[in-house]
Amino acid sequence: MEMPLPDAAILSAKARIVARLRGVLPADAVIDDLTELRAYECDALTAYRCPPLAAVLPRTTEEVSAVLRACWEEGVPVVPRGSGTSLAGGALPTADSVILGVARMNAVIETDYDNRFIRVQAGRTNLSVSGAVEAEGFFYAPDPSSQLACAIAGNIAMNSGGAHCLKYGVTTNNLLGVTLVKMDGTVVTLGGPWGEASGIDLLGVVCGSEGQLGVVTEAWLRILPKPEGARPVLVGFNSNEVAGACVADIIRAGLLPVAIEFMDRPCIRATEAFAKAGYPDCEALLIIEVEGSEAEISEQLTRIRQIAMAHDPVEFREAADEDQAKRIWLGRKSAFGAMGQINDYMCLDGTIPVSSLPLVLRRIGEMSVEFGLDVGNVFHAGDGNMHPLILFDANKPGDLEKCEAFGAEILKLCVEVGGCLTGEHGVGIEKRDLMAVQFAAADMEAQMRVKDVFDPKWLLNPAKVFPLATSAARRAG
Amino acid sequence: MRPETEAELVEAIAGASGPLLVRGGGTRTIGRPVGEVLETSGLAGVEMYEPGALTLVVRAGTALAEVKALLAGERQRLSFEVPDLRGLLGREGVSSIGGVVAANASGPRRVQVGACRDALLGVRFVDGAGNVVKNGGRVMKNVTGYDLVKLLAGSHGTLGVLSEVSFKVQAQPEAEATLVIEGLADAEGLAVLRKALGSPYDISGAAREFGRSLVRVEGMTGSVAYRAGQLRALMAGDVMMREGADSAALWRRVRDVAAFAGRPGAVWRLAVVPTAAAAVLAAAGGEVGGGEVGGEAVWDWGGGLVWLLAPEGRAEAVRAAVAGRGHATLIRGEGAPVFPPEAPEVAALGAGLRERFDPRGILNRGMMG
Repeated sequence: MEMPLPDAAILSAKARIVARLRGVLPADAVIDDLTELRAYECDALTAYRCPPLAAVLPRTTEEVSAVLRACWEEGVPVVPRGSGTSLAGGALPTADSVILGVARMNAVIETDYDNRFIRVQAGRTNLSVSGAVEAEGFFYAPDPSSQLACAIAGNIAMNSGGAHCLKYGVTTNNLLGVTLVKMDGTVVTLGGPWGEASGIDLLGVVCGSEGQLGVVTEAWLRILPKPEGARPVLVGFNSNEVAGACVADIIRAGLLPVAIEFMDRPCIRATEAFAKAGYPDCEALLIIEVEGSEAEISEQLTRIRQIAMAHDPVEFREAADEDQAKRIWLGRKSAFGAMGQINDYMCLDGTIPVSSLPLVLRRIGEMSVEFGLDVGNVFHAGDGNMHPLILFDANKPGDLEKCEAFGAEILKLCVEVGGCLTGEHGVGIEKRDLMAVQFAAADMEAQMRVKDVFDPKWLLNPAKVFPLATSAARRAG
Repeated sequence: MRPETEAELVEAIAGASGPLLVRGGGTRTIGRPVGEVLETSGLAGVEMYEPGALTLVVRAGTALAEVKALLAGERQRLSFEVPDLRGLLGREGVSSIGGVVAANASGPRRVQVGACRDALLGVRFVDGAGNVVKNGGRVMKNVTGYDLVKLLAGSHGTLGVLSEVSFKVQAQPEAEATLVIEGLADAEGLAVLRKALGSPYDISGAAREFGRSLVRVEGMTGSVAYRAGQLRALMAGDVMMREGADSAALWRRVRDVAAFAGRPGAVWRLAVVPTAAAAVLAAAGGEVGGGEVGGEAVWDWGGGLVWLLAPEGRAEAVRAAVAGRGHATLIRGEGAPVFPPEAPEVAALGAGLRERFDPRGILNRGMMG
């Protein structure tokens, strides 16, 4: 993945720039030591690394504003960083950039159960937002699988989803307002606890803009009362087609499970070897979770069972208690870890229309043979968000490149059948150069115009999202 | 002008010599845009409907009624309960789906499923320079590039003219029931709504009009009966239950603000923090009438949305009342800006976007900001 060459003038001015940052931040909030900067050289897309010029860890909106203003005046690019869990390289620095980490901004500012919102500093981790309201019977719905570590700031930047978004939506559907600092240091409030932003929906375009429009320092989030209970069922099928048809029938019947997860045979076998969850050895497996009271759960499961039985499953397993429920989820939750035991892997997240599921899985299987790389599929079937995991050996010369080429072919296929390159991970650098597969020049131009308004000098996270050649003139200033 | 294809729409916009007043059916236009009328009703037709994937793609000029009928044929619907404001605004005409999107028109179910913008999966539009732009798509999860879909929803035709929109649709529920709670003063009647919304019973409507609080649940038959029963036990006051078509009729009234149709006065739409709903009205009303209210309200979204009928010419009092706890839009009336004032740094961003998407400033000039 190509990154722009660092600006030599900035590299040679490091001492002055660092001194300027120290002038606006407490001493412990500026890192310029090369060894310490290693911690910021990559995010969860670990194949690409580059230590930044410096890293700053502000504690307040005012400090963020001061840092951005200083960098804006110096013409230094800034790469915002939540917890560094991006799988797309969203927080990958360049050698001439300053990493702005929001990890120290993790306070809860206000909880309001009567109006059902929480206001937090954006460095707070996703799971700890739910943790803060749990005792009162509330939760924050978006639940990316990295939720223990990932920050709300990153969730907003990438518009993160999760397993339960089939019912509850993704970040943008649960975000009420933000405090945003623009690259020139201006502090802007968009939306608020009143649930509907006024004017043009700037909040809507900020969410998912991958840290390119501003740095979100605080957020108002919608919290929801927890359901009375939840229960998963596991259904195994001997064909991907049939499993896909079963998913369509459930949706068609008007049922609204909170999650419908899908695993294919390679993934089932890998997780069985690793986690021993007791899954059947079949071609496709669905985990379907429903919520409500005991009576409501059984009403829904009765219907789901009827629908599933019509497709002749090899197994239909209902969790009788909490322990069995955990076992049903165990394999799914350890899928990534299990694949990681076998080899290095690359995780894609293109989305496809649910109706194209059988075709896409068949084509991925064929491509796996062509490229000579194994692939396992685990994904959110209810909304068509795929997660093919391509296995490769990072120590084998050429394997990463082969894996990336395979990944690109899968994503092109997703677009071809009417889907998109990324459903919840974001473009970052990983899918940057594939944007033209999905978008015409005018489509990207329209998006870049939005950045022109928020960040006219193109200093915030500049080498991401758009193909380098497409954004070159703007980045050159 | 009435283009019938996207190419004709491009021509109409690129070739325009002055401002264009963009109009679907003209049934919900607010603001006072000027210019030659550009009607979108010629851009009609269904591109794709996949009931099994809950996905609908239609051209933007398609009549809302046609969309609803198509979905109803498969026992599905638009989730966000589009208000019909013709009675309130005294308009005739055929509401278009593009107009719904341009206004982000969203009804009572917003408390459960979100607004129009939350169900909108993709758009195609022609910007003010005549460029065709597509964004989003037809799949439910999509974070590829910036979300211009949200930007276009609620932009009232000022950033571009929609040519195609796609939605995530919803299955019609088996059953619905509404608890009608009478005999409570406004403050308690609104507190009941918040209590219901804070319960685990998945409320799909929480409104108050004519001194009655309404709480709706929808879903599978057994589940609706269970939740209605649980909610009833939570409520004080006289509680009655309305089901099926009776329940639906109650919500059509709330959705369309039927209470204020045909009555004189200005109509305001206030988005506020729900606990401030009663105080905001008292503040606005205290100024307005000198009496206890001087205006009347229909509350929706658990108090987060206040429809206020007030005498004309009281904009300052109304806007002062919501300051710091929400904002007020003038839906019907004269003598004040329609859209809420914005902080200068926010207004600058909006103006910057309009300038770049419509460099000549010809689309619905004078509508927003």
